[in-house]
Order: sequence, then structure tokens, then C-alpha cells
Amino acid sequence: MKIKLEGRVIRYGEVEGEALATRQPISFYGGVDPETGRIIERGHELEGESITDKILVFPYGKGSTVGSYILLRLKKRGLAPKAIINKRCEPIIAVGVIIADIPAVDMIDTDKISTGDLVKITGSVVEVSRT
Amino acid sequence: MYLTREEERMLKGEYGYAAQKAMEILVALGKIYEADRMIEIKSAQISGVSYKNIGEEGLEFLLELAEDGRVRVPTTLNPCGMDLENWRKMEVPEDFADKQLKVIEAYRKLGIKLTLTCTPYLAGNLPRFGDHLAWSESSAVIYANSVIGARTNREGGPSALAAAIAGRTPLHGLHLSENRAPTIEILAPELREEYEFAALGFLVGKRFGDSVPLFRGLGAPSRDHLKALGAGLASGGGVALFHVEGVTPEIVRDPGLAADERVEIELRELREVIEEFSDDFEEPDLVFIGCPHASIEEITAFYEALRGRRVKRRTWIFASRAVRDQAESLGLKRKLEELGAEIICDTCPIVAPIRSMGIRSVATNSAKAAYFSRNLNKLKVKLESIEELAEEAVK
Repeated sequence: MKIKLEGRVIRYGEVEGEALATRQPISFYGGVDPETGRIIERGHELEGESITDKILVFPYGKGSTVGSYILLRLKKRGLAPKAIINKRCEPIIAVGVIIADIPAVDMIDTDKISTGDLVKITGSVVEVSRT
Repeated sequence: MYLTREEERMLKGEYGYAAQKAMEILVALGKIYEADRMIEIKSAQISGVSYKNIGEEGLEFLLELAEDGRVRVPTTLNPCGMDLENWRKMEVPEDFADKQLKVIEAYRKLGIKLTLTCTPYLAGNLPRFGDHLAWSESSAVIYANSVIGARTNREGGPSALAAAIAGRTPLHGLHLSENRAPTIEILAPELREEYEFAALGFLVGKRFGDSVPLFRGLGAPSRDHLKALGAGLASGGGVALFHVEGVTPEIVRDPGLAADERVEIELRELREVIEEFSDDFEEPDLVFIGCPHASIEEITAFYEALRGRRVKRRTWIFASRAVRDQAESLGLKRKLEELGAEIICDTCPIVAPIRSMGIRSVATNSAKAAYFSRNLNKLKVKLESIEELAEEAVK
């Protein structure tokens, strides 16, 4: 199965990788461990999962604006996701992907992407293939 | 989004790395909020100063920006993690202090005034009615919007810094008149004590977190009452603007402002909020006022409540240096010190490494401080009036 989605560029990039997808919002400050790249928010659908080198798919960010710096911290330690796909990007994620230089697209129906899908991002275009 | 030629040039990097990064951030935010263009700002207030909050990576980002970045508008700074003059006396760990000083140095290099206060409006950064600003620090944002009638969104640290460097911010949200009208009316009981205003703000913020409340029936609150109300609203929820009938400037100019929905808050509900912030402990490790940073009137009220009695525990008044200097010239600082109470500058109990200073329980008159002390710093808390705090301090 292959689908092609078109969204809006928050940070331009051309990357390909495996999706890690959730329907729950993510708080980077307090919700993601900057030392390991794992989601540590109690009770989160993705608790314990590593976001490193994944195409991270979630509806929107939440929590403190310090979360932007966590994205930078992950990037500098080689623990960042390859790219971020949001339904609706908000300032914490937008500022984070710009200072950390992580490709990001929003206005994408994130429900159409599942964990394990192969995702290719070219600017605003998101191609999803599932085997 | 429309960009002027100068803005395009910043984005292309013709004004250097920092201006380019700043413009990239602002353009992305403008896109998200569907702003048509940028608006020039008169001043900025930057949060994200305590090393405890921004960490090593925040510091690295600031150092990168400080290489060639300079702010274009008068810019002031939020509190950091310690009193820069008296941090040893405060028992702040040495390695923390070292990192904190590096953060401060980066901000200084960017051309930012080291006011280190959450009340810039009491320390030389006093906007005028209608001014466009890019402020972070939610209690300062709501004060600027509501009590002064200036216009700012609730910025985060990085977006306020980007706006300061670029001298502009995307035109959206509370910069536009149509978003400043009240969305709900709150019929409140007449209150006298500052901690009651704080509790009212916290309660309304919690219930109507993304509203623009219009308060009726509050009587004639003072500037400090409004400061406490705003800090409560902004920490209980995401409120960034409120109006008070007959008091705040926008409704004074346009008395017809009104909302369709109206809710009555009873005194009993405020008691419940105060009760909720009443943990079980006998003697607090720290009694403090000054969240947001205290005004000279608040310091005076606390001094009077002590009625010449010596304090028996750590008793701190958090204030800006500007207000401390006022207290000094009035002889108030010396009189407080004689009673064992101290005025602490540059920091606050939320952003200081309070647990490593051996503090486990606090009593305060601020709902915001009570909330964050409990949820962020894991302390036991009591929310009390200035009179009660004085009693806690001397008992």
C-alpha cells in the first residue's frame, strides 16, 4: 500500500525513515529523556519507545516552551528523530525543529500513518508505504 | 506571509547568523498562526534564564546566538537561578553558579539588560498603552496586556528572544483588537487581600484557561492586587489578558465591552482553592513573598505585619534590584535585615535550585508560587495572607 499526503513545511528537509506514530500529543520537556531519546511520560502510548532516527508522527506538542531546547539537546547528542510530522504544529515544536534543524511537516492527517510504515518526506510531500 | 525587503534580507542571512535564526523562527511561527505580516515591537522580555530550566543545550544555543547577535529593541531579562551578588549566602551549589553565570554572560553579550526580574514594568521597562511587545513570562505578559493595555502574545523564551533580535514579531493573536474583547464575564466577590486575588485568578484560569475574562464587582483593586490576579490567571491556565470593570485601561476607554456568558464566583470557592494549597506541616523551611517580584508597597506591608518582631526561620522577599534599591533608600531594607528578613534579587523560588538548598516546605501569598513549588519543585506548600506569613515567620 502506498499513499501520498501533502502538508505544510515547518522546516524543509528530504529524508526517509521508519515511522513511530501516536495519536497522543507529546511533551518534550519532562516527557522525553534527553539522555536516552526515549519517551518517559507515564501512561503515554509510546512510553519506553526510542524516538531516535525515527520519523516521529504525533498530532501536536504540549507542555513547557523549554521543550524546544530538549529537541536541540537530542539533536546535539545524535538522539533526535529524523523528522517530525504533526497534524497541527505549535510553537514549542516549531521553534525546536528550527533551532535543532530537524525537518518538519504539519497539516498532515497523522492518523493515516502507523508505526512501522516507511515514510519519505520531500518538503511538504509525505509518501507512506506499508508492506 | 508578507515580508519587507529588510526581513527578506535577514532571512537570507545578510544580517548574520543570529538574525537569520531569529527570522526563521518568526516566519515559522507566523505560518502556524497564519499571520499576514510582521509588526515592529517596542520591547522584549526574555524568559528561559535559569540554568535549571534551559540546561546545557539552552546555554549552547545562547552562546551561538551571542556570537554575532544583538537585540534591536530594549530587552529585559527574567529571573535566573540565584542572586548574583549573594548566591553563596543562599547556599547555591558552586557548579550550578558557574553555569548560571555563563548563561547571564551570553544574554549580556546579546545586549540584554540584566534586570533579572519577572516584573520588568517595576524595573524600567514600562510600556505604554497600545505598544506592541514580545514578552515571555506569563505573569508579565498578562500585566502588560491587562493593566497597561500594551499588546503581546504569550511568547516562550526562544520566540521572545527571536523577536528581540529581529525587532519584530508575527502580527496575530493579542496584537489584533478583535482578539482582545472579553469572552466571559466573572461576577466576583469584593476582595481585600492579595492572596485572595491570587486564588481568584488561579481558579478562573483553571476553569476558563483560554478565555479573556472580564471581572465585575471586584471593587477598586490596587496595582498589586491586579498583579496577583494576573499571575494566578496565567498559572492556573493560559490566560494572557483580562479586564476589570472600571479599572483596566481598555474597558475604561470602552465601557461597553461585554461578553455573552457570565459566571458567578463565590467566596466559598476561593476558600476551597486556598484550602487546597494547605499542606500538612508545622513549620515552613521558608516563608516568602514576591512571586511575582514584590513592589515597594508589598515590602512595606510585610515589614509592618512583622511589627518589630524578629523572624525565626528563613524569610525572604523576592524583588527586582530596582525595587530593592528603593527599599534601601527608604531605610526599609536595613530595618528588615535587623529583624532577620532578607530581600533577595535576580531570582525566585520557582527557578532557583530550591531543593538543593535544603528547602522542603514553603509558605507564601502567591497562588502561582504555591502551584509551581508543589508541582515542579515537589515542596509542601501553604497559601496565606501577608499577616499570616508574618506570624509563620516569627513563631
